[in-house]
Amino acid sequence: MSDEMRTRIREIIAEQAMLEPEQVTDDATPEALGIDSLGMVEAIFALEEEFDISIPFNANEPEASEFDISTMGAIIAAVERLVADKAA
Amino acid sequence: MNVRNGGQRRVAITGMGTINALGHDVPATLEALREGRCGISQLDFRDVERLTIQIGAQVHDWTPENYFNRQQILLYDKFTQFTLLAAKQAVDQSGLEFQGDLGLQSGVVLGTAGGGLNTWDENYRVVYEEGKNRVHPFVVPKLMNNAAASHVSMEFGLRGPAFTVATACASSNHAMGLAFQMVRSGATKAMLTGGSEAMLCFGGVKAWEGLRVMSKDACRPFSANRNGMVQGEGAGVFVFEDWDHARERGAEILAEVVGFAMSSDAADIVMPSAQGAERAITGAMNDAGLKPEEIGYINAHGTGTAANDKTECAAVAHAFGHHADRLMISSTKAMHGHVIGGTGAIEMLACIMALRDGIIAPTIGYEEPDPECALDVVPNEAREAKVDAVLSNAFAFGGLNAVLALRKA
Repeated sequence: MSDEMRTRIREIIAEQAMLEPEQVTDDATPEALGIDSLGMVEAIFALEEEFDISIPFNANEPEASEFDISTMGAIIAAVERLVADKAA
Repeated sequence: MNVRNGGQRRVAITGMGTINALGHDVPATLEALREGRCGISQLDFRDVERLTIQIGAQVHDWTPENYFNRQQILLYDKFTQFTLLAAKQAVDQSGLEFQGDLGLQSGVVLGTAGGGLNTWDENYRVVYEEGKNRVHPFVVPKLMNNAAASHVSMEFGLRGPAFTVATACASSNHAMGLAFQMVRSGATKAMLTGGSEAMLCFGGVKAWEGLRVMSKDACRPFSANRNGMVQGEGAGVFVFEDWDHARERGAEILAEVVGFAMSSDAADIVMPSAQGAERAITGAMNDAGLKPEEIGYINAHGTGTAANDKTECAAVAHAFGHHADRLMISSTKAMHGHVIGGTGAIEMLACIMALRDGIIAPTIGYEEPDPECALDVVPNEAREAKVDAVLSNAFAFGGLNAVLALRKA
């Protein structure tokens, strides 16, 4: 996947968290960036709109969702996968 | 015995009516609540295939032509239709007639969150999707949130206070609480109260999908594997009447409304607060002059979301101390769905059943204990138990809490 796409994902999450994109490091957790459950729902919506994908995420059981939100790196990888699946 | 708390009037419930996914009247609904029947099924309406969430507790076999003429159907949104049907059942049971002075001394206060949402949905479709530039002349009188309350006032000649309360999922409890206060203070002799919701249409469910708090498969309140709420639709309407007035005319009293409290979390637009909920629970008991040990059953808000159920259990545990382990608390939403602005009114039926019939409606769909919800949630099967006083909880988005207290008549 392109660096350009990873950068765009970081920018979108950063905008939701009111941070600079460089602060959205691969090992950062949503809690560490101050993203609460409603913030996560907003970020996921923004990512879906940007890349025209559907992200399987239920705020009641984030850990059981197919979409891993444990770290920013996991989110970026999962979005990349969904975009690749769409293209396939 | 006719007054309590420094000159205040006692408040009797003398009529009840409903339509919801479990039944088109009170006997059918109570039977389903006793049997632990689930009213949730595949949704059936236009464009449902475009929804991610396709289940709900929908009212089936609804033929408005059986109850209303053509002109009325043109004027009544589904939430008004549901309300009028439930109101008629309640008034018939009460035996009240509102001619003359009684009509002047009586009113109606109802809850709804979405009002005529089907009317909005259908007419947006007409102008945006179909590109038409003309809508039916009755769109506004049909969709307005006070339409149901106004039609009830006209149908029965209620010429006192009439209005609608919109506090999301607490709307009905707020409405019934205000009706209770009006009868208790002597401002009115009788009030029709409760609420309704008819939000099961493409736009209504699509809006809820956005929050990602809805379950795709089932409502499992208090269960460790719960994964969200399931919407329902319907109405519940009750006659709240001055106790002496009811006694003097020999009416059957179904239960007594004894307390009400409301509070605001003033914290978050969607995340609930245990402290805010607890203040409303404790406030309702204080208003009723009830000690925590006297409460035998609580009809929970119990939405089946991760956040509500653990917060509600924490609030109950804190408010009741040791007694929290002795009382029963169930969420009937796994049967009739979350009826949003009408939900408290339908849940009031489970409270009356507990007090009058000694049957506690179960929390169905319960599969795995959750240490964060370690209360007696009456899992899966109804229970016989004698209870003298009950609470009904409602905690809305926006942090608005409303709790009612009832006593056996």
